Amino acid sequence: MSLQMNHQKRISENKRKLTWFLFILPALLIYLTFMAGPLFDSLRLSLYTGEGYNPSRFVGFQNYQNLFTNPLWREKFFGAIKHTTIFFLIHMSVQNSFGLLFANLLSSEFKGKNIYRTIIFAPATLSVLVVGFLWTLILNPQWGAINQLLIAIGLKQFALPWLGRENLALPVISLTSVWQWVGMPTVLFLAGLIGISDELIEAARIDGASEWKLFWHIKFPLLKPVIGIVAILTFVDNFNAFDVIYAMAGVKGEPAYSTDLLATLFYRTGIAGEHPVGIPNMGMGAAIATMTFLILMSGVLLWLYFSRQQAKE
Amino acid sequence: MLKLKIHHFSAYIILTLWSLIVIFPLWTLIINSFKPQKEIFRDPFGLPKNFTLEGYKAAWQTGRFDLYFTNTIFVTIVSLTLILFIGSMAAYAMAMWKSKFSVALYIFFIAGLMIPIRLGTLDIVRLVKALHLQDTLWSLIPIYIAMGMPIATFVLTAFIKELPSEMFDAAKVDGASEWQVYSQIVLPLMRPALATVAIFNMIKIWNDFWFPLVLIRAEKSRTVALGVSLLFGQYRTDWTRALAVLSLAALPILLLYILLSREFIKGLTAGAVKG
Repeated sequence: MSLQMNHQKRISENKRKLTWFLFILPALLIYLTFMAGPLFDSLRLSLYTGEGYNPSRFVGFQNYQNLFTNPLWREKFFGAIKHTTIFFLIHMSVQNSFGLLFANLLSSEFKGKNIYRTIIFAPATLSVLVVGFLWTLILNPQWGAINQLLIAIGLKQFALPWLGRENLALPVISLTSVWQWVGMPTVLFLAGLIGISDELIEAARIDGASEWKLFWHIKFPLLKPVIGIVAILTFVDNFNAFDVIYAMAGVKGEPAYSTDLLATLFYRTGIAGEHPVGIPNMGMGAAIATMTFLILMSGVLLWLYFSRQQAKE
Repeated sequence: MLKLKIHHFSAYIILTLWSLIVIFPLWTLIINSFKPQKEIFRDPFGLPKNFTLEGYKAAWQTGRFDLYFTNTIFVTIVSLTLILFIGSMAAYAMAMWKSKFSVALYIFFIAGLMIPIRLGTLDIVRLVKALHLQDTLWSLIPIYIAMGMPIATFVLTAFIKELPSEMFDAAKVDGASEWQVYSQIVLPLMRPALATVAIFNMIKIWNDFWFPLVLIRAEKSRTVALGVSLLFGQYRTDWTRALAVLSLAALPILLLYILLSREFIKGLTAGAVKG
């Protein structure tokens, strides 16, 4: 009797498991087919060579060897890594400091703070492409508003071809992107600051702490977990940036590849095909994607390790 | 007290300054799109004196923006509906099913928050070709659904775990199936979390340029982002038209944002907030 009950219980238990699995199945199938699968298959693809969409000749690690040692590839590849790192570091320092500043200013109660928050965040809802094109016009050396303004206030010597100089284009494009995305860290830091108790801050004020001290000694240490999240988001988003370069510097990262990022190199190599051949080299493109993947993974794992350490403290 | 006032005063100055830096480009974008080229160059900051709709007309006629908008709206709505449906079903199961396997699946899904789908593009291109979907909107939809799964499972699973479980247990005692509990009890309760997921994905899908660029050539399947990039290239020297194209792409989202700014901000930052 009890054996039969056990048996029935097991059947219903299995049936429950099956039901749960069926609930997850559609999500799993589409996620596997269109995201996880292609990601892993790109690793395999990087070991092959051949023209067109079916690189079929297995070459082992030759694509990687090319990437690291063949001067034709090496220069572009390491250039792209360098530019992507600079692009990321400008966001990390400028965007996130501004975000922290704005969040701190917005964290006290005053009239109109929601309007400021809404305005600061607004560009983040727009398409990166539209923002990039818009700033290309604003930065136009001849007719753009920036140079018109500089000339009008008598600073003609500063009216530069912002996107035309090799040492200028990348920082300028990065700052355009900062303009668009600064609302993200602002809102995240603001949420973190609101979580800090008012009593703590009031007590410190009564003790005579300046706003500066209050920020560095009380708010900043309590914000560490949020800072970690903002840092990793900035890292992942910017190591993957493409649209803003496409809009402001073209797929070749003009001028003279000085704004070429990993994503634009990947696009030219694996999808569009490099000038003058114009035939995509999928194996090589996959090798670049895999290297980007490895850079991202090491960053994320490092971040996980440190945030675990911090949580233990 | 005086110190605090100074703090507030400097806060106003800094925030107002930055707000101007944000508004100024958007403002010049929109007002200049209604001016003839000469007036843009002569007086870039004033309201239009010789009001013209020439830029919009040109964009509409050469660019088929009616079609691009229809395509983008179609792709966004179909993808969103399926993300919410498929994602919430999976999230419900992962929140209720206490086993190592379901935890592993959950981690597998949310790992996608940290790994951009673009890195798998080459294989997606091969897949789309193999399925004969290239140049159709149906090549974009499954990609966007897959792209939406990490955020959907992340936000929705956390939300369901917060719900009091007595609600489901009572219904099950009354003989309701899991499907009935999901569709009649859980789904309606999830509305706020579904809205967050919907907004996050709506912005991502609406603004996506990468996948249309890679997968779509034919005019009939172009999205707004693709249309903007093609037309902007053509109109580079005709600022009235170029600005009209950019305004057309920016205004719908900006207007929606002004109406729903709180929800937008919550939605777009959802990936960073622990559930």
